[in-house]
Amino acid sequence: MAYASGYFKTHYGEDLDLLETRLQKASLAAALVILLAYPLVASPFFIGLANQVFLAIVGAAALMLLTGYAGQISLGHAGLLATGALTTGIMFKEFGAPFWVTLPSSAVMGALLGIVFGIPSLRLKGLYLAVSTLALHFVVSFVGGEYETRRGYYTGVVISPPQIGGFQLNEGYQWYFVLLAIDILVMLFCINLVRSRTGRALMAVRDREIVAEALGIPIRRCKLTAFVLSSAMTAVAGCLIAYYRGFVSIDAFTLNLTIEYVAMVIIGGLGSMLGVVLGALFVVTFPYIIEGVLRIVPTPQGMANEIFAINFAAFGLVMILFLVFEPLGLVGIWHRIRNYFLLWPFRRTSVGGRA
Amino acid sequence: MQVAVNIAVLVALYALISCGYVLIYRVSRVLNLAHGELMMLVAYLLFALGTFFGGSPVTALVGAVVLSLTVGLVLYVVLMRRMTGELVISAVLVTIALGIFLRGLIILIWTGRGYHPIDQLLWRNPPIALGGGVAVSTVALVTIGVAIAAYAALFVFFQFTRWGVRMRAVGENPLLAAQRGIKLHATYALAWAMATFTGGCAGILLALDSGLDTSMAIISLKAFPAALVGGLDSLRGAIVGSLVVASAEILAIQYVDPLVSDVMPFLVLIIMLMVRPWGLFGTKEEIERE
Repeated sequence: MAYASGYFKTHYGEDLDLLETRLQKASLAAALVILLAYPLVASPFFIGLANQVFLAIVGAAALMLLTGYAGQISLGHAGLLATGALTTGIMFKEFGAPFWVTLPSSAVMGALLGIVFGIPSLRLKGLYLAVSTLALHFVVSFVGGEYETRRGYYTGVVISPPQIGGFQLNEGYQWYFVLLAIDILVMLFCINLVRSRTGRALMAVRDREIVAEALGIPIRRCKLTAFVLSSAMTAVAGCLIAYYRGFVSIDAFTLNLTIEYVAMVIIGGLGSMLGVVLGALFVVTFPYIIEGVLRIVPTPQGMANEIFAINFAAFGLVMILFLVFEPLGLVGIWHRIRNYFLLWPFRRTSVGGRA
Repeated sequence: MQVAVNIAVLVALYALISCGYVLIYRVSRVLNLAHGELMMLVAYLLFALGTFFGGSPVTALVGAVVLSLTVGLVLYVVLMRRMTGELVISAVLVTIALGIFLRGLIILIWTGRGYHPIDQLLWRNPPIALGGGVAVSTVALVTIGVAIAAYAALFVFFQFTRWGVRMRAVGENPLLAAQRGIKLHATYALAWAMATFTGGCAGILLALDSGLDTSMAIISLKAFPAALVGGLDSLRGAIVGSLVVASAEILAIQYVDPLVSDVMPFLVLIIMLMVRPWGLFGTKEEIERE
């Protein structure tokens, strides 16, 4: 659908533009200004929250590439995050490696593990693939646990904040700008990857493997590429998480974390980079929203002590509701709202009920 | 000798749990990743009923078993029915979400503390000596008995009863089965009820033997490789798979390192997926068909 009228392309180069209309450019500029001004007004708590969202976006974008665009389901995401974090931890602890060494080595470890995670995908589809990545998750967390126990880091590895030149990343607002820059880079990379030859091949494999093969797309290479790219990005996310928390422990990377990331991708909306941002924002802020609601709404005595359990139950419930009633996720809702206003006063109802 | 007995007990437990995965998968191609939480829920229901019917433990037990059937049925009618015909993977994700929901609910209602329903039902669980210094707890023996009974009943059900044949037909080809007048929803609902029932029995027995807390779901997750190793759509396979996984686990505890035992089922799973993804007794076309 056209977003606006009166915009004509006068040379081929314009087909490559990411932003087409003045409205899009203006809203992006406004968003950037808001994002840059945010730490000036927000309290440290809200800056920390934003940082967590930024961190989640990196990992969720990686999962979105794999699941949303390449159609490969992975339940081993926490294992890959742990790989990145542990690589960073080990490099730092054993060799005293600085930030600019640990980050690339995490990416390399992630890419290598991506091959391992990806190999089953050459043979297995859907459910079986999900299960094999799940099994690999347990293997990774076992190996990580063994390392921690054998080396005597029972409670985890402490990492000092990254230092570039004389500049040290300590404060929340410093992290904010660094993570914002990283997120913009990640988003640009993903958006451009998705519309490149590789990205289109991935989507073809996702939609109909046999057709993709008939079109001459090397399916195996495609799937492995998706796994390697996604895993490398996930490991980088893991590395960032490790530095941000200043602490690595395998106990933080549980199956629940995987489910959280899967939830981000699903609640956001599969196959959309906007969905990554919305999903990460939703899932990260969700527990705080629940906590806030509980504080406002009078609850029976004792309920307030069970915030963790309420969070858990509500999270599961929201995920079920999205899967059952809004499989397109938040992006689907956003598109419906947008189309309503774009077409106003006309309405579009698609034939056959569901849009 | 003690190792062999331990293996037998674990095989029975895994077989009882994994037949729940197989039942639902075979009939509807959905992998129920909330199985562990459902198992836990039934065990907690037993605990609640035990408090309620303080005097008569048998009433509580029967009540919990009946409730397990109801839970499975209601779950299908309210939730999983909507996922029929959707992408299999979104149905699986719904079960994952359901698992999270149930776990939250259980912690909310019963808190995360550990309980011992057996004390509450005024039963005891004395070890029984089998001679040669080998001992096994009473509940563990009962577990073996229940597992054998459950599999025998399932065999009879699938081979000789009308509903069993219908269920097999639906599992093979839902479209054709529906055209022959088999009610798909009723069949799926029955499969869910049966799976929750067997899983619930496992949960109850586990709770009676070693207490009740929220870590029970992990045991169910470890039983899943057993179902897959045997072939996700084969009940016979579930027994053999349980044997393989349980032996690997117990032998790892005995001869390698107790820590390794927790990942052992998953290592077996990975090897199986690489060599023979459809399992020992599973249907090969399953995976190619997507």
